Amino acid sequence: MSGHFYDVEPVPGIDLPEAYFTRQKARTAAVEESADGPQTMPRRQFLKLSGIAGGGLVLAFSLASPTRANAAEAKGKPVFEPNSYIQIKPDGTIVLMAYSPEGGQGVHTFLPMIMAEELEVPWESVTIVQSGISAEKYGRQVAGGSGATPWAWWPIRQAGATARTMLVSAAALTWKVPESECVAADGQVKHLKSKKKLSYGKLADKAATLPVPDKDSLKLKDRRDYKILGKFTTQVENHAIVTGKPIFGIDQNHPGMVYAVYVKCPSFAGVPKKANLNEVKQLKGVLDAFIVEGHGGPRALSPGVAIVAKSTYEALQAQQALRVDWDTSAASSDSWSDYQKQARTLTSAPGEELDNSGDFDAAHSKASKVVESYYSYPYVSHAPMEPQNCTAWFRDGVMEIWIPSQAPQGIPGLVAPIAGVDQSKVKLHQLRMGGGFGRRLINDFVCEAVAVARQVKAPVKLLWTREADMAHDFYRVGGFHNLTGCLDDNGKLAGLRNRTVIFVDPDDEKANPGPGGAVRAGAMQCPEIPNLRFEGANIPSKVPTGWWRAPGACSLAWVFQSFIHEMAVAANRDHLEFLLEQLGEPRWLGNKSDNALNTERAINVIKEAAGKGDWGKPMPKGRGRGLSFYFSHKGYFAMVAEVTVNGSNVKVDRVVAVGDVGMLLNPAGGGNQVEGSIVDAISVMAGQEITFENGAVAEDNFDSFPLLRIEAAPKIELYWLTTDYDPTGLGEPAFPPVTAAVTNAIFDATGKRIRTMPISKEGFRIV
Amino acid sequence: MASVKLNVNGTDYTIDDIDPSTPLLWALRDHLGLYGTKFACGKAECGCCNVLVEGTPLPSCIMPVAAMAGQSITTIEGLADDEGNLHPIQEAWIEHDVAQCGYCQPGQIISAVSLLMKNPHPSDGDIDNAMTGNLCRCGTYTRIREAIHTAAKKGGAA
Repeated sequence: MSGHFYDVEPVPGIDLPEAYFTRQKARTAAVEESADGPQTMPRRQFLKLSGIAGGGLVLAFSLASPTRANAAEAKGKPVFEPNSYIQIKPDGTIVLMAYSPEGGQGVHTFLPMIMAEELEVPWESVTIVQSGISAEKYGRQVAGGSGATPWAWWPIRQAGATARTMLVSAAALTWKVPESECVAADGQVKHLKSKKKLSYGKLADKAATLPVPDKDSLKLKDRRDYKILGKFTTQVENHAIVTGKPIFGIDQNHPGMVYAVYVKCPSFAGVPKKANLNEVKQLKGVLDAFIVEGHGGPRALSPGVAIVAKSTYEALQAQQALRVDWDTSAASSDSWSDYQKQARTLTSAPGEELDNSGDFDAAHSKASKVVESYYSYPYVSHAPMEPQNCTAWFRDGVMEIWIPSQAPQGIPGLVAPIAGVDQSKVKLHQLRMGGGFGRRLINDFVCEAVAVARQVKAPVKLLWTREADMAHDFYRVGGFHNLTGCLDDNGKLAGLRNRTVIFVDPDDEKANPGPGGAVRAGAMQCPEIPNLRFEGANIPSKVPTGWWRAPGACSLAWVFQSFIHEMAVAANRDHLEFLLEQLGEPRWLGNKSDNALNTERAINVIKEAAGKGDWGKPMPKGRGRGLSFYFSHKGYFAMVAEVTVNGSNVKVDRVVAVGDVGMLLNPAGGGNQVEGSIVDAISVMAGQEITFENGAVAEDNFDSFPLLRIEAAPKIELYWLTTDYDPTGLGEPAFPPVTAAVTNAIFDATGKRIRTMPISKEGFRIV
Repeated sequence: MASVKLNVNGTDYTIDDIDPSTPLLWALRDHLGLYGTKFACGKAECGCCNVLVEGTPLPSCIMPVAAMAGQSITTIEGLADDEGNLHPIQEAWIEHDVAQCGYCQPGQIISAVSLLMKNPHPSDGDIDNAMTGNLCRCGTYTRIREAIHTAAKKGGAA
């Protein structure tokens, strides 16, 4: 199956009416609309949607809804546009908006699949277009938190059903028959008795004149009747990808474009005092070089030195010749080796109480066996294959930006003070991202492009080298855990204490720590442990941290799922049985929100993984099997890994993964997310670490920060439990359980417990 | 500065006023407007910039453009035939929905095309050997293997 993907801009060889692009440009961003003035805008129906229960992101959102035909006209003909996501033209063209930023998660495919399903149109017949950026029109446009699916599930189905319902009404009015005698299917409405049919295109005129139905009156399709959702549907951009079309941020090109690099202090938060700018400006191809003051901190514009040249290569060459005198008086002097020493000391003593239930000390004093273990994991970089880049063009008082960003909606407000213009004069174009993994949720690179473009009378493409990308990331935070587990006389886990380190802003120790910072007892996901105590001690740090695929969970799952296994081994009990005991009876904890652990779903994926993964079957010497589970980002995943260990060489032979995300919307993209998560997790555990001394990162490219190569990728078996819960996202939840499944398997094979990441620190390498 | 003649995807180009040490990657992207070949590491670590030079996959990020004169270069844009029919490797990539972000895939496809030219029916081990220079941050390796086998079955060497 394949839809068609078209960019917003006119592309040679793509036959869409000019009026479409004119209208599309007018829709590009909320900030652009204000210039149009309210009288030219369609009337709106505002739908207030209740947010996700239980602390999920609550977004009031509206669908731009013209209620009459004159709202949207193309060549004098009305276009049926019942909401921001769907347009049906009299010529039968059906346009669906790919409104969420795409960086490989598959959103440009599965979100339109949801629209097409409810709209009742064949997938092959739709045209998919990257929408503009507007919270008001499109709601959540964020590639993060595995949130696109849960956010979209109700409003996007309703958007499709709204259009379908209006088309059925239009047909019923045309034929003067009751709506109940009409059905929508395959892009047509049919009258069952008379066998009359009209295509959506033919009905578009009339449908556009009808009132938009209330969302509560809509009848959504039963899952059993789905024709598109649940089918293996390949990405709509695949053809463009395999033929090398210029669809990524880095591929931007404009007449007269110039090329820029932006050099920052190797130590975080250092400031350029002076540089050999005159010398650099004499180099061939260099157009300008200048110092830029910072604005708004590291998540906005860091101070640095910009070089603008006629070509990328000339800019990179000039960067080699640049000499900067940095003021490091207020810069980071953080040291990873120093953190390691501090953490040992801090976690040996009581810390600040973060969570306390039952009486850990009593459980400890009565314990028949006590296990103490110290786990640590390093900072890691996102390292998306496409380095950070952004193209900006300042002309006629407007800052126009082409962004590969995971979070574009905040950009106008972020860059307006840097551009020296009002937010309404910031114009955005969202582009495909060559990976994100959370890196592109922070738009520092956009600020740099804007700052340079403000000083250059030409479109500017700003590019980071790989070295810059690795030196100035917002890293996954490292961590240290001193764990104490207590077994009672019956071999049950009676008490557990976790002492950890929390990295805090040295200028504001009360500031919210980064993701994975203050580790709370809920992260154990063991509701049956009666006595739990979680403590934390602060280490001030200026090392920038941010959201990295499955924040918190991506590292904590390894620590806790390893330690549960350690306790099972200490109790001389079967790991599967011991793990299930920690979950207790099947029930939905807390407020029954989709962010709260449902032990029934957890137990089911664990049992299924054990079954499919041959749990309990003997393994030959040198081979081992490991089990792990974690619930994150609303998704449930259990994994069984099999390894062969030969000396220091670990071969991950097979990973069996079982997931429950309600319903799998697209086995193609969804399956790819899980397979990729497994490879990613093994890649991270194999040898990735970001270290720093004097506030400067040591690793700078894929030779010092390696990614897994194809020969080390395991055989993956993927199974799904389909449940009636609302579908949830897959960008993240499959990642967390992988690491412990592999390290538990290494223990099974060798008796060696891995407590330091990456496993190269423990003398192993993944081959 | 120099003038360099290149043959890319069967077309002769002359690039005037270019530093002869410019890597082929940037000549393709900045001077010829062929953006399919990707920059990722700049030091031949990842394979994102691979192009075929006389049929051999080479990292264009470290190859001076002046050294490429007179050689036949094929980029991702040159794999489909004149009618736009895709190479069997490209078709298999779509069929298996190999790509996630897709950024490394032009380089992956270039390496896979070269593999099948030399070895029409590669084993998993042959595939690993041929593809080990191509990194994928999204982790699409298992699908890459499957897609290469599919293309091989369909006569992908042709």
